[in-house]
Amino acid sequence: MIEIRFHGRGGQGAWTAVQILARAAIREGMYVQSFPEFGPEREGAPIRAYARISKEPIRIHCGIYNPDIVVVLDHTLLKSVPVTSGLKENGALVLNIPEKYLEQYIDKMKGPHDIWFLDATSLAVKILGRGITNTAMLGALLKAREVIPLKTMLETTREIFLERFSEEIARKNIELIKEAYKEVKKVE
Amino acid sequence: MMLALNGDEAVAYAVKQSNVDVIAAFPITPQTIIVEKLSEYVANGELKAYYACAESEHSAISMIVGASAAGARTFTATSANGLALMHEILYIVSSLRLPVVMAIVNRALSGPINIHTDHGDSMAERDACWIQIYCEDAQEAYDTVIQAFRIGENHKVLLPVMVMLDGFLISHTTQNVDVLEDEKVSNFVKHRIPAEIEVFGKKVPLTLNPENEVPLTFGPLDLWDYYFEHKRQQEDAMEKSREVIRKVHDEYAKISGRSYGNGFIETYNMDSAEYAFICLSSTAGTVKSLIDKLISKGDDKLGLVRIRTFRPFPYEELPKALEGVKGVAVLDRSGAFGAMGGPVYNEVRSALYDSDVHPFINGYIYGLGGRDMTMEMLKSIYDDLVETVKSGKPKRKIEFVGVRE
Repeated sequence: MIEIRFHGRGGQGAWTAVQILARAAIREGMYVQSFPEFGPEREGAPIRAYARISKEPIRIHCGIYNPDIVVVLDHTLLKSVPVTSGLKENGALVLNIPEKYLEQYIDKMKGPHDIWFLDATSLAVKILGRGITNTAMLGALLKAREVIPLKTMLETTREIFLERFSEEIARKNIELIKEAYKEVKKVE
Repeated sequence: MMLALNGDEAVAYAVKQSNVDVIAAFPITPQTIIVEKLSEYVANGELKAYYACAESEHSAISMIVGASAAGARTFTATSANGLALMHEILYIVSSLRLPVVMAIVNRALSGPINIHTDHGDSMAERDACWIQIYCEDAQEAYDTVIQAFRIGENHKVLLPVMVMLDGFLISHTTQNVDVLEDEKVSNFVKHRIPAEIEVFGKKVPLTLNPENEVPLTFGPLDLWDYYFEHKRQQEDAMEKSREVIRKVHDEYAKISGRSYGNGFIETYNMDSAEYAFICLSSTAGTVKSLIDKLISKGDDKLGLVRIRTFRPFPYEELPKALEGVKGVAVLDRSGAFGAMGGPVYNEVRSALYDSDVHPFINGYIYGLGGRDMTMEMLKSIYDDLVETVKSGKPKRKIEFVGVRE
């Protein structure tokens, strides 16, 4: 079983990201759980969202404290939120951060896990026209750990965005995921 | 068909498929998604039912009383203080023998105000003569809502049914939910057929309908002359519901391939168990995970008995399930201030008193107001239970797990 924690701010779409991930995993015939941080959400306040993905039925019903993967949607959280807390050995930390800020935080982020980074905000502004990074970071996540095939993620994203928005928004988000998948880099 | 649904969505989906005539509800966290979804289904024509937005839970359940008395299949849902506000009417629903189905998304009662799960809300209604079924996950909530209509509406029963799911842990957690085809569910639940009653030598439907050949009055004054008999009949109906709950559960298993123990209790690894946990709802899933982990490390001595149907209480099934067990940990997710223990603890102890099965029984109260129950905490309870049995001294006091003292 793989456990994933997203860090974001209220309104950045961390909850949507884990829902897309869950539906994509079900499409792959896997078992999932995805849940938001169960509290009153406020726009801009730090929030967390979680997912479990497994080949076997998932029975456990408690919080995730030792994730295999942590995804951070907003690097301004790094100052105040202990994003590496509980991250497993050999886990992956996937950050949305402009490269120029990486040096400032890298020592704090280091541990027995690998670190991936991408300036997802700039990429999202370029492709979507808005700095919404949740789908971009799903692309980055799949590059770091192929929890499900990229193709399945793209199909699911298309399905969900067609349900909720439009053909154009679906197309742009798919492009964004592909670009993010290409551009995310591992800290060596 | 495998869908990604959270517990609330799963309940709404089941209701949509169950030929419901009238829904009346007032939104309250964490039940909200159920009623949002249902109003959406009605608005877009997917569900042909009458949806009433009530101005309070007291009004919602009162509207349901009227609709159900008129012969409609009815559904409502609530949580915590919403359920408490319905309290007065719950007893009227059951005494009028109205087969209402209500989903309770378990949430801690105020105060202090809290939106997270514990079972204090539904446990406060355990003597309201509603059948109570506690679900472990969203799949079971879906399956149980469908079963509930058949159970309550059976003419031997005619009682309301509460279907419980844990707030947030289940209500807001998306998981795989295998839904049946609409037609399969429709054929299973059919439509409500009101019972008939013989009045003045004529058989008339037991409904509040002025066009009945003999019009009936529902809920007139009932003093020392008959009130007690009516209460006795409610108890009789509760006893008769046992057979119906089992039959409906088994029949549903045939069309879905899914069953939950015998419909009353579900056991896990009890064949080799020397110690057993007893609990309700989602915690049972975490207990199963702990048991699997222990087995993988060579310890197969812990088992689980999950109580699914709390009303009627499975007092005959429990001693059988616990035969040969040395120690039992009963987990209660609700307080019982000044009592000898939580409601599950007390009923389990009572059920064993006259049997030949007398293990050590420790009571643990946990998770109030949504405090997480982790595998580590469950393991510490297991250790404590083993220690109790080894020391040979029963605790006879309630332990509080995961609280700062």
